[in-house]
Amino acid sequence: MDIVIEAIVCVLLLIGSLFTLIGAIGLARLPDFFMRLHGPTKSTTLGVGGVVLASVVHFTSLREFTSLHEILIPAFLFLTAPISAHMLAKAGIQQRVSLWEATRGRPALPGDPDAAPHATPAAPRAREPRD
Amino acid sequence: MLAIVIPISFALLGVAFLLTLVRLVRGPSLPDRIVALDTLNVNAIALIVVYGIQLRSTLFFEVALLIAVMGFIGTVALTKYLQRGDIIELN
Repeated sequence: MDIVIEAIVCVLLLIGSLFTLIGAIGLARLPDFFMRLHGPTKSTTLGVGGVVLASVVHFTSLREFTSLHEILIPAFLFLTAPISAHMLAKAGIQQRVSLWEATRGRPALPGDPDAAPHATPAAPRAREPRD
Repeated sequence: MLAIVIPISFALLGVAFLLTLVRLVRGPSLPDRIVALDTLNVNAIALIVVYGIQLRSTLFFEVALLIAVMGFIGTVALTKYLQRGDIIELN
């Protein structure tokens, strides 16, 4: 195998693994649920993208044809990670997870007295009679 | 060079697994544990892809794709159950 291609594979593998590790560190160390949501949904997904890119380069140089069917994995992950993060954030708001004291802005819940003023929903307008 | 980097990559991914397991055990609320399980899925995908590079086999990509699909469905089902108390609502 060409030494340049091997170096590219090695660098991509190290970058991907480091991003995955950084996402896991963020998940383990950050003080708040809504902060902890950032690590896995962004950094870990990007790390898997780097590892799969390394595998694309490796198998393209190993075989004679371009190996592209593993691109499906990060494509699917990049599509589904924001959806699952959105649903998890909504579940966290509804479960009223405990917030760090420095976290600004409280999620607006009906009947929650200490909600931030900018987060309170607008007062419902009076329903206009139809015609 | 690849023979040195692949064990390093395995080690980094293993440490990521351990940190995620710490959050899975310690997690004070249920959404934290669901995030940890989702991260375990994604870490498993990365580990399987690196293992496929080591074995020089493209057979493992279908496994990784299946884990990705099933992990997403599991996460959506768990959050849906947490929000609504039911997964499939008929009416």
